[in-house]
Amino acid sequence: MAKTILLNNIDVPGLANFEVYRQLGGYSSVEKALRDFTPDQVTDEVKKSGLKGRGGAGFPAGMKWGFIDKKSGNPRYFVCNFDESEPGTFKDRHIGQLNPHQLIEGMILGSYALGANKSYIYIRGELFYVLRIIEKAIDEAYRNGFLGENILGSGYSLDLYCHPGAGAYICGEETALLESLEGKRGNPRIKPPFPAIVGLYGCPTVVNNVETIAALPWILNNGGDAYAAIGVGNSKGTKLISACGHIKKPGVYEIELGLPVEEFIYSDEYCGGIRNGNKLKAVVAGGSSVPILPASLILKTAKGEPRLMSYESLAEGGFETGTMLGSGGFIVMDDTTCMVKNLLTFSRFYHHESCGQCSPCREGTGWMEKILTRIENGNGTMKDIDLLVDIAKHVEGNTICPLGDAAAWPVASAIRHFREEFEEHIKLRRCPLSK
Amino acid sequence: MEDKNKITEFSAETLGLVNHIISRYPKGRQKSALLPVLHIAQAENSGWLSSEIMDYVASLLDIQPIEVYEVATFYSMFNLQPVGNCMIEVCQTGPCWLNGAEEILAHFEARLGIKPGETTADGRFSLKKVECLAACGNAPVIQVGTEYHENITIQKADELLDKWRAENKMSHSNPYR
Repeated sequence: MAKTILLNNIDVPGLANFEVYRQLGGYSSVEKALRDFTPDQVTDEVKKSGLKGRGGAGFPAGMKWGFIDKKSGNPRYFVCNFDESEPGTFKDRHIGQLNPHQLIEGMILGSYALGANKSYIYIRGELFYVLRIIEKAIDEAYRNGFLGENILGSGYSLDLYCHPGAGAYICGEETALLESLEGKRGNPRIKPPFPAIVGLYGCPTVVNNVETIAALPWILNNGGDAYAAIGVGNSKGTKLISACGHIKKPGVYEIELGLPVEEFIYSDEYCGGIRNGNKLKAVVAGGSSVPILPASLILKTAKGEPRLMSYESLAEGGFETGTMLGSGGFIVMDDTTCMVKNLLTFSRFYHHESCGQCSPCREGTGWMEKILTRIENGNGTMKDIDLLVDIAKHVEGNTICPLGDAAAWPVASAIRHFREEFEEHIKLRRCPLSK
Repeated sequence: MEDKNKITEFSAETLGLVNHIISRYPKGRQKSALLPVLHIAQAENSGWLSSEIMDYVASLLDIQPIEVYEVATFYSMFNLQPVGNCMIEVCQTGPCWLNGAEEILAHFEARLGIKPGETTADGRFSLKKVECLAACGNAPVIQVGTEYHENITIQKADELLDKWRAENKMSHSNPYR
């Protein structure tokens, strides 16, 4: 059985109740931190752990905390990014719904380390049923003295609130999230300045993903070094992988980073192999925005080495033959899947979710959807394939936020690895795989 | 659809909830409460935001009406036209598509006799196509109000529709209650 940190107690009945969580050792990291650690010492443990941001970008969490401006004299804010919306990703909901106190415990640690006295959990509006679970858990934490004034007599005070979004993928981008939390449209801000200097209400702010925050109690309890001892290379610790698509056992799995991809897909402990006796065709390994890989390249690198579930191994080969760990949204496609139609659903998604602020993304995402629609419907021309590549190239890197890249990479990679399937649609003037 | 069930202000009880939400943000930052208050306003206004209710929300938060309109038009969960009592939102993005979301949507269209974006003549059901609801492990997924229904099959869709018809389902209820 793999090492687990985040999902240890996830099957315990009533885990969302304070008493049950507390009996399992919950909130002990808060007692320890407030009694034995200065805020900077908490940050040091997180730096030592090598924990990377689990929302998708993979930026080292401790380093991000280290950038916070503690001298500005302004209040500081700690914000949880629970705007989980990247297609294929459903791991944060798993924590919020089943183990809300783990998230709250992590929020207290992060807030203490950063010197924040007001913190927010920004949760996508569709998940109001999860918001209500978390708000109930927050009430329990207040009643038991872990939130509010003078927590455990330490002199440290913290108020924690949930804030609902209202349907906008872009608000998962941290500066758009802050705009949204201020009651505005979710238009990303130009960086720099980074939120650590100018964030919520113009004050120093750190935004972290749910899974990142949920790992903090274990790190404080066991030490950053213990966390860094798990995993492989610079991929420290464990990662939640939400697996979906044509597999026998879709679900949320916690893996030790470094697990072979082949084992993850075929072992009964994880995905259990491909459904209906079909064969593996392609995988999107880290949420819809990362490059799609054909079966041959997801199981082994171009050099023929086994591909591992780690930041480095999945990226091996760059975008030519590799991809990214991203959010851990693992979408598996069998050999009945049309690569053009699959891509079309993603391109429609990015077109729908573009905030419209930058013209390359606002226009480019629409063009890509339109061209893919005509190819899928049998009305495309050979020139359309190169046109798609050209548009993707001009969207990538030319926008304020990474949504442009996220829209471009799936297009470029699907054509790179499955060009003949696009050509077949055009030659046959129909989708070869549609019923 | 006419203006039945349209409101122009909140009850005292709802105002209490709204003021409680405003108190979560720093003094002078009451605009932060806009999204949660719009969710409440939409729920209490039969599932959509009229310009009257948006102007009222602006006055409650002491901001300009345009600041409410620009937000209400940005986020996909806000409806700017009247909707049916029960709005069925069907996810269409990749992972749901891989698991038959198109067939599920087509089935709802056939059963209800409407296309996405439309409302049945009796005003009881609306249908909406939505993008990723982040429950891909249990695809296909639909949302009704603050409920998710997962692993939807044609049979399950029929059972849900029959149940909602029988109980006169309302998808818009105050999400905080």
